[in-house]
Amino acid sequence: MITKVRPHLSQNEALLFERSSPGKIAYQLPALDVPPVDPAEALGAENVRSEIPGFPEVSEVEAIRHFTRLSTWNYAIDHGMYPLGSCTMKYNPRINELVARIEGLAWAHPYQPEALAQGSMEVMARLEAALAEIAGMDAVTLQPAAGAHGELTGILLIRALLEKRGNPRKKILIPDSAHGTNPATAAIAGYAVENIASSATGVLDVAALAQLVDRDVAALMVTNPNTLGVFEENIVQAAEILHAKGAMLYMDGANMNALVGIARPGDFGVDVLHLNLHKTFSTPHGGGGPGAGPVAVKKAFEPFLPVPRLKRSGKKWAYDYRRKRSIGRVRAFYGNFGVLVRALAYILAHGGPGLRNATVDAVLNAVYIRKKLEPYFDLPYASPNMHEVVFSDERQAKLGVRTGDLAKRLIDYGFHPYTVSFPLIVHGALMIEPTETEGKLELDQFIEAMISIAKEVETDPQLVKNAPYGTRTSRVDEVTAARKPVLRWRPS
Amino acid sequence: MRYLPKSDSERRQMLEACGVASPEELFSHLPEAVRLKRPLDLPPGISEYEIVDYFRQRAAENANGYASFLGAGVYSHFRPVLVDSVVSRGEFLTSYTPYQAEISQGTLTAIFEFQTMICQLTGMDVANASMYDGSTAVPEAVSMAVRSTGKKRVLIARSVHPEYREVLRTYARHQGMPVEGFGYLPEAGTIDLEDLDRKTDDVTAAVVVQSPNFFGIVDKVKAAAEIAHRRGALLIVVFTEAVSLGLLEPPADADIVAGELQSFAISPSYGGPYAGVIATREKFIRQMPGRLVGQTTDSRGNRAFCLTLSTREQHIRREKATSNICTNQALIALMATVLMTVYGKQGLRELAQQNLAKAHYLAGRLSPRFSGRFFNEFVVRASKPDEINKALLKKKIIGGLPLGRFYPELADSMLLCATEMSRRADMDVVAEVLA
Repeated sequence: MITKVRPHLSQNEALLFERSSPGKIAYQLPALDVPPVDPAEALGAENVRSEIPGFPEVSEVEAIRHFTRLSTWNYAIDHGMYPLGSCTMKYNPRINELVARIEGLAWAHPYQPEALAQGSMEVMARLEAALAEIAGMDAVTLQPAAGAHGELTGILLIRALLEKRGNPRKKILIPDSAHGTNPATAAIAGYAVENIASSATGVLDVAALAQLVDRDVAALMVTNPNTLGVFEENIVQAAEILHAKGAMLYMDGANMNALVGIARPGDFGVDVLHLNLHKTFSTPHGGGGPGAGPVAVKKAFEPFLPVPRLKRSGKKWAYDYRRKRSIGRVRAFYGNFGVLVRALAYILAHGGPGLRNATVDAVLNAVYIRKKLEPYFDLPYASPNMHEVVFSDERQAKLGVRTGDLAKRLIDYGFHPYTVSFPLIVHGALMIEPTETEGKLELDQFIEAMISIAKEVETDPQLVKNAPYGTRTSRVDEVTAARKPVLRWRPS
Repeated sequence: MRYLPKSDSERRQMLEACGVASPEELFSHLPEAVRLKRPLDLPPGISEYEIVDYFRQRAAENANGYASFLGAGVYSHFRPVLVDSVVSRGEFLTSYTPYQAEISQGTLTAIFEFQTMICQLTGMDVANASMYDGSTAVPEAVSMAVRSTGKKRVLIARSVHPEYREVLRTYARHQGMPVEGFGYLPEAGTIDLEDLDRKTDDVTAAVVVQSPNFFGIVDKVKAAAEIAHRRGALLIVVFTEAVSLGLLEPPADADIVAGELQSFAISPSYGGPYAGVIATREKFIRQMPGRLVGQTTDSRGNRAFCLTLSTREQHIRREKATSNICTNQALIALMATVLMTVYGKQGLRELAQQNLAKAHYLAGRLSPRFSGRFFNEFVVRASKPDEINKALLKKKIIGGLPLGRFYPELADSMLLCATEMSRRADMDVVAEVLA
């Protein structure tokens, strides 16, 4: 039974270029209060373009309808549960949007005098301090624009410290359950990548690690809890093995929402970690960005952090650009300030005890889903899970139905699919992360939907394989899209 | 807590269903040694009202009610009201990267339109779905050129935004890509073509120039392209002021265009979030970083869009990917898309003309340091830029950017920017104080 949704009409809408007609406008500029300038004279005739061929020409009403109609073709957290594992699709508080738009913050220019930017600087300093406390680390840079960008910053910091100690080393070790950004990042930072197979229980194999760590290893990059949602129980031991050989422990903080208030990476041996403000700290994903990926470090890395650094100068905040050992800039200006404002608003709203309560609810939700779905789906790793749970499609695959099919059928039940086929160490993975912002009703409907689909697989596998049926767009031909790329509109 | 939807009785029911006696037991598998034994040292949660109040107070500590003549990569342009109306819709704001095409056609269609408009603006064949910002788009474009040419050396004009050059250096250092600068003409403020010609050699992968450049000057893109292409290097053209493309010839001689779209209805927001973009020629598509949206059909034969060519990307290729980039800046790119729609063909040109007129009015009352043709920014001499700015602040005006920090040879100069939002009366004050 599909209880959450029933079909409703959605409007068709042409592309902007197809609905344009010459002379239509959606703007009005003020009358010019200075003499007009002839572009050809000011810029040189050879530098002035004629028109922009194909650029849109629509009215204001058509413009708002266009984007509104498009918006109705999206699924969103505001519609319901969005259980994408590893992505942490939690409620995005609207107060955060409001405060990020307060004029003195939203219209602050990055080069306005420091004396006239004290409010922005205070916001950043306060967020740095809060993140350092949450992570148990000594210093934080807010400059990285996203998680992967934070990873790059973090690995460059490790490289810089090792270089200072005489040898940047050659390799980064990465578990086979890691996000793809980890190896890609290591390569950009000039390191070779060596994969470590996970143990039978889905965690770091410390014996294998001990064998691999030598003077060529710069760091281990580990996600904790890992992408199975399992806490790396040997993390303290792993840190000791690394540190004994002068190597570092890097933590991908993508799953930090399972630990806030419960355990701190700095306390269990992590040297450098990045945090995803768009995951743990509720800033909106916006269809794929913007994010922010602050990096938190232990004291030894502090001199290498990107410039500029905030510093206290009397009663004021100031920037310190003169830092000889800094890795340099990883981005212009100071970071995705607007995202930082939202994350701080979230931290203020929850407060210390509230953040811990959120973690507890996130884990409770995932454990509850596991308990209810365990009878219907194969659970390849029996270790206790935290904020997410990973099943495999083993039982359904015997009837020819794969995780991708189950995911598409879930859409008909009114839910966004879980993460499909990740982590790679689980064949046919269903990676489910409910987050703390789902109530029992929504969770029960999701569980009911998953059980119903599991039963459909038994009785009518083809029904599941051809899903979804209720969407305005049916299964999309991604193969042709890649084989014959059409990446822009052209007049026919 | 208002963001947590469960009642205590629901929590108890769920704990019971899980066979767990208390919330603490959910964490009992964590080794004792890793557990935090005290509450986080953060104050208790506060109400909506208090949060608004806190940020209003911080905002009050920033500049308020000042006219500003700062540009230098971040421009004060009016943001049409439609922009926030659209991006505040939960369907755009609270969705994820559109992996599930069937229920993400809104985002996918908007990105396809974005890619198309960026191509129309820049004269390139393809554009990606956006990058973090302009400064990080530059090293990504350079890496593309390195992969495409099989060469490593990079030449970048000193008239490219100084912070972009710093970011390039950070990225390039460990990828074995030597980066060298080339100069600008002290009279014209355009690139020194002789210096470029001298430094370009057969192992040069990319030549990077910005136009309008950091000094606001329309630079010699065509001549730079000739020099680069003669030695088998690619030309990367950077832009920071997207509005200029409403009036300026697109950089048709470029192989790769890397730009910043902040000017397109993205608030300055103290430096971010912004959206960068990379556009290029058809033949370099497979070397492109970042998300791409392509057109296809669904099983019923209707037009549909999806993410495509993902074999370039990290989640498939891991350490062999074209970049470690995971997401684009979808919501910010949507702001730019709405702006381009609102202004459209006619409006973007008129907007650019107003910027040109305002900046030339201000420049007409001063004497620009460089003779090169400029769009909405220009450099003026001011023996003590900080003193001038101090005097302007007293009149509620934030003056230009003193250039000594980035260019010791221009310590006696500042960069001034005027946009459609600059009032004549304020420009007159700037002119008087600077005179």
